Amino acid sequence: MTTPSQTQSSAKSEPQSVKVKRGLSRSKRQQERWGYFFISPWIIGFLAFTLLPILATLVFSFTDYNPVIPGDTQFVGTQNYSNMFKDTKVAKSLEVTIKYAILAIPINLAFGLLLASLVNAKSLVGKNIFRTLFYMPMMIPVVGGALIWAGVMNTQTGWINLGLEAIGISKPPDWLNSTTWIYPALVLIGLWGVGNLMLTLLAGMQGVPSEMYEAAEIDGANSWQKFRKITLPMISPVLFYNLTLMMIGAFKYFDLAYVLKNGTGGPADSTLFYNLNLYKNAFEYNLMGYGSALAWVLLIIVLVLTILMFASQSKWVYYAGEGRE
Amino acid sequence: MSAITRRRQQAFMTRRQRNILNRILTGGVATFILLIFLAPLGYMFTTAIKSDEQMSDPNAPAYWPHSPQTFEYEGKELELYRVPTGDGVKVLAAFKKSRRESWFIDPDNPGAEQIHWEGNWRTLEPLYFADPQWENFKTSWDKLNFPRLLRNTLIIAGVGTLGAVVSSVFVAYGFSRYEFRGKNALFLILIASIILPVQATLIPTYILFAKIKWTNTFLPLIVPHFFANAYNVFLLRQYFMQIPRELDEAAMIDGANPLRVLFSVILPQSIPAMTAVCLFHFFFAWNDFFSPLVYLVSKPDLWPLSVGLQRFNATYGRVPNLIQTSALITMVLPVMIFFLAQRVFMQGIVFSGVEK
Repeated sequence: MTTPSQTQSSAKSEPQSVKVKRGLSRSKRQQERWGYFFISPWIIGFLAFTLLPILATLVFSFTDYNPVIPGDTQFVGTQNYSNMFKDTKVAKSLEVTIKYAILAIPINLAFGLLLASLVNAKSLVGKNIFRTLFYMPMMIPVVGGALIWAGVMNTQTGWINLGLEAIGISKPPDWLNSTTWIYPALVLIGLWGVGNLMLTLLAGMQGVPSEMYEAAEIDGANSWQKFRKITLPMISPVLFYNLTLMMIGAFKYFDLAYVLKNGTGGPADSTLFYNLNLYKNAFEYNLMGYGSALAWVLLIIVLVLTILMFASQSKWVYYAGEGRE
Repeated sequence: MSAITRRRQQAFMTRRQRNILNRILTGGVATFILLIFLAPLGYMFTTAIKSDEQMSDPNAPAYWPHSPQTFEYEGKELELYRVPTGDGVKVLAAFKKSRRESWFIDPDNPGAEQIHWEGNWRTLEPLYFADPQWENFKTSWDKLNFPRLLRNTLIIAGVGTLGAVVSSVFVAYGFSRYEFRGKNALFLILIASIILPVQATLIPTYILFAKIKWTNTFLPLIVPHFFANAYNVFLLRQYFMQIPRELDEAAMIDGANPLRVLFSVILPQSIPAMTAVCLFHFFFAWNDFFSPLVYLVSKPDLWPLSVGLQRFNATYGRVPNLIQTSALITMVLPVMIFFLAQRVFMQGIVFSGVEK
């Protein structure tokens, strides 16, 4: 997850260590010991709660472990993995997850950019109030937020459909019970979580030197050109960071789908996200061996996505510091 | 060309006027988007204080709870309607309603003869009065068992926050101030762990916790946070690195050991970063739904708000007003804390988000 800007910042602390002479002097050995002492909580936690469990997941994925009858556990080879290819629910869950990601990510990015530009505008009075209020829905616990939106999208009493009827749409959609409209509905609900994206984009925009805009104005650039040719490239590291997290996030998606449809994955499996399917297999059907295989595939998907994103970086992400190094 | 522009500007409006217009336009657009963005909160609030009858009354205004106005006549509550009569529209109480004809009583003169009106009473416009049902909060509070959910949430969030801050401070201090072999590689692994899906570690962790009888207790939701996490360490490390090393060195020369340096030099200068970490973890724990669902699902006594609210919805899904009241009750505290601490909190987001 390291980006050049980050390696740069960690490089800043480097000179001190370079100055210290090589060879283990007493003070240096002491330094090392204190260093390991201080980071030991993380090392222990990483081994106990990350590294070993990941490896154990791999081992479990080759078994038919069932917590109800742990004594009967047997190694089944790669059967769990080959079953995944035949399992229509897995195919469906991948379809749901990708469908949602393709719809949600561009809309989120566009809305985030819109809000960030708006609360960054010189002509906006009360910037801080707007920033705080646009951020605020992120603080609403996700279960509560889901229930609020379920009400707003209710076909009879919800404000959205009352509003649509008021402007003359006679048959507004049944958002949460339609296999088509559920996706726009989830995207809409997801916009309440735009706060982090808005704030990080905003910080990126504030980091663009104003001389660049002034120079462009002298050359006669209009607002759209300035946004397209200066702002976007300059904030591309922030976009990169958020885009990566959002793509991974689609594969971690769980809470909203579970709360809105009480974990059923309905209507007709249209909210059966990859992660929900994994949860149901492992914790509802007690197929923990199979669930482990699903988890490992999830891990591989996430790693591949991250690697692809980093590989694409040189094509479109611009780091201001790069030229100087 | 420039002369033309100048003339046009002079004719159109001055620079000052244009600035004012710009401000009004931007403010207007921002306010408009904000109102739509936050409108669901309006729905939540007005629905939360409606009764079941008010929910299902199709004629009542949607924006605020209203009940039909009534007039008491011979011990009965009669509904009031606007009735068109020979001498204009009058407010009358419906005594007997039918599809063809109805009989009304004049509330100003109840003793007088009943007024006969021909037509379907459903076409008449009823009279309403604002009638918010504040007692819904009490009902939801009791049905949710809010005090118990709140207690559980506060224990999980409170103890977890303590663990997260203390452990992250130590780890960040180690990474920011000490040189040791493999430091850069370890730091890279720490940051890379951000992308790891919880599910990759979930099943063995669950089996382990079940073996040592930790499932159906708070421990799986608290103990893992005592081992630092990447976001918090990153934020604190960045902050610590801005504190001049000369201060540590001065303290060291005075004979302070590394722990003393941490507590008397670094920490007093890092209050904002530590506050941000506290808030992050507190909100995370308040919000967390997946882990308590996995570890506490069969133990209602220990449910935190997130799971309690979801189960409440599964049971009372047909009572939308109480669902909204409950959603409101559970969001009040985090939203209030956010407003009080928004500056520190939002700076923390930027600090840990952009730098990555």
